[in-house]
Amino acid sequence: MQKEFYIEDYCHVKENEIFVNGKSLFKADAEDFTTFIKSAYKHFKIDHSKFFKMDSLSKLAFIASDVLLIEDPEKNIALVLSNSASSLDTDRKHQAAISDTTNFYPSPAVFVYTLPNICLGEISIRHQLFSENSFFVFENFNADILFHYSKSLLKDKKAEKVLSGWVNFDNGKYDAFLYVVAKKGTFVHSISEINRLYQI
Amino acid sequence: MSNLKLELKEKIIEQLNLEDIAIEEIADNDPLFGEGLGLDSIDALELIVMLDKDYGIKLADPKQGRTIFESIDSMATYIEEHRSR
Repeated sequence: MQKEFYIEDYCHVKENEIFVNGKSLFKADAEDFTTFIKSAYKHFKIDHSKFFKMDSLSKLAFIASDVLLIEDPEKNIALVLSNSASSLDTDRKHQAAISDTTNFYPSPAVFVYTLPNICLGEISIRHQLFSENSFFVFENFNADILFHYSKSLLKDKKAEKVLSGWVNFDNGKYDAFLYVVAKKGTFVHSISEINRLYQI
Repeated sequence: MSNLKLELKEKIIEQLNLEDIAIEEIADNDPLFGEGLGLDSIDALELIVMLDKDYGIKLADPKQGRTIFESIDSMATYIEEHRSR
C-alpha cells in the first residue's frame, strides 16, 4: 500500500501581508519590500541580527519559513524550494558593482547572495537544520516536481518532514508560498492540493 | 582623529547593516569581532574593501586585518598612518 503524506501548514507572503493556513498574521502599510519585511521581522519579535545582512530573497524565505517552523521541535526537516527569478535581483547589484572598471569595488556581502540556494542556508542556520536541501529554478510554479521530490525524501526516510514551495523575488516584486509536508496533517499531499493552496 | 573614529562607526553601521546598533553603543576600544560587535568573515572582507575604496589603503595580506580591525581605535590609527585619500 502506497503511503500518503500530508500538508501540516502552509504560508503565503505577498502584497505586504503574511498568511498562515489562509489566516492573515501580519499586514503592513509599506511602500516597498524592504520596509514591509523589516516591519514583519519586528512584529514577530525575531532576534537574529544576521537578518539585516541578507539579500531580499533570503529575507523573504527567512520570514516565510519562520512562521511555519518556529515552534516545530523537529530538526530533520528537508528544504525543497523553488522560484523563477533565481538570485537575479542580487546578481544585478553585483553586476553593477563590477561594470565600472575605474570604480571597481564589488561588495563581498552582496556577492555571497548571488546564488538562490543561499536562502536555504539562512533557514538552516536559523532553525539548526542539518538536513537535505535543494533549490530548483522553474519558469513557473511546478507542483509536480516539488510533490515527487518531497515524497521521495519522506518515503526514503531522508527526512521526517519537508519544507517545500516557492519563494520568488525580483526588482521589488515578491511572492512566497511555503508548506510543510509530514506524516500527519490537515491536507492530503497531492499535486492538485498543492496547486489549490498555491492559488489561494 | 575623533572625527575619523566617528566616521568609521557610521560607515561600519551603514555598510555592514548593523541595524540594531547605534553609534553611541560602539566604544572606541570595543572588539569588532567575536564578543564585541559580532562581525563575521564576510564583514572582514567588507572592511578590507572599505579601506581601499574610502582611504586608498590596499592590504597586501588579508591576515593584517586581524590586528587592524581589532577595534575602532586600531582601525583609526592604521588609517591615519597609511591613508592616501
